[in-house]
Amino acid sequence: MKKLLSLLALCLLALSSFVLRTASPGYQVGDKAVDFKLKNVDGKLVSLADNKAAKGYIVVFTCNTCPYAKAYEQRIMDLNTKYAPQGYSVVAINPNDPAVVPGDAFAEMQKRAKEKKYAFPYLQDESQEIAKQYGATRTPHLYVLSRKGADFVVSYIGAIDDNSEDAKLVKTKYLENAMTDIMAGKPATVNSTKAIGCTIKWKKA
Amino acid sequence: MSKLLVLALAALLLALPGRAQQVAVIKLPELQKRLSQPNDTTYIVNFWATWCAPCVKELPHFEQLGRTYAGQKVKVLLVSTDYVSQLEKKVKPFVAKRGLKSEVVLLNETDPNSWMDKVDTQWSGALPFTMMLNNKRQKRATFEKEFTQPELTAALQQFLK
Repeated sequence: MKKLLSLLALCLLALSSFVLRTASPGYQVGDKAVDFKLKNVDGKLVSLADNKAAKGYIVVFTCNTCPYAKAYEQRIMDLNTKYAPQGYSVVAINPNDPAVVPGDAFAEMQKRAKEKKYAFPYLQDESQEIAKQYGATRTPHLYVLSRKGADFVVSYIGAIDDNSEDAKLVKTKYLENAMTDIMAGKPATVNSTKAIGCTIKWKKA
Repeated sequence: MSKLLVLALAALLLALPGRAQQVAVIKLPELQKRLSQPNDTTYIVNFWATWCAPCVKELPHFEQLGRTYAGQKVKVLLVSTDYVSQLEKKVKPFVAKRGLKSEVVLLNETDPNSWMDKVDTQWSGALPFTMMLNNKRQKRATFEKEFTQPELTAALQQFLK
């Protein structure tokens, strides 16, 4: 009887989590991604629609200051090296409010991009509207978009791989596995993964 | 009988300050076991890391809660998500320096995608993350945000209602 009760409790818990989860804001895989116009570190505005030849994008919400973003910085640069020639370049977006984290100010972003020779745009989401629309909660937080006609559809959401501390100890490259499927024109077998990251520093209301 | 009680109390008191300096390293199944006890204790479980600035900022609020609700069926558990390689270098010195009295454990798991949903499907992965749960009353609340002291107190009061 007791067992039955706890089983029932578990079911209820699972159900309530499920209901809440479907109601959560932000993109799910399959959603159309909104285009944006955000300022790049070179001062120019960047949109998804700019590159007519793009097959898609690897959109990364990241920043200068989060230890996890730093741990993944080289891997993000490597993703661009690998996938940009195949039509999916990286677009990095910094959503943090510089009033909360001065290290994420535009000038600091410019400095970082120059130092590390980013070969991709590093955009500032000043109003934080794009991060909110995508449903990004942390840095780094990745979204793979693929082109469907004039639109871009969210094809993968989540982590780069399974070991933030040490790239050499990675066993599963979640994002690269998804890219293999996506580039073959198939839905990603694993299209959504979780990772720890720094909470996005939202503007104080 | 009362002598025994005094002894037990004394042992408890002696054990408390020492415990603050210990950080048990646990794997997910142990954490799950801890969080599924079918008793009437309300657990406040805060996932944090020494490198996470908002986490560090709100830790004193959880410590305060522990003091306020001492003697009641409320327990604060601070789950560090620091890498286990940082246990001696960062986590233990941090816990000692801050004199944390709440129980601190370090969750030694590398792939969040494999364990995070088993903790709570509501957690997207941002730190800090806090759960309040009471298994006997089948209640659970989650917060993926940084708390101020009044917010945390209000959230717990709401939960205990």
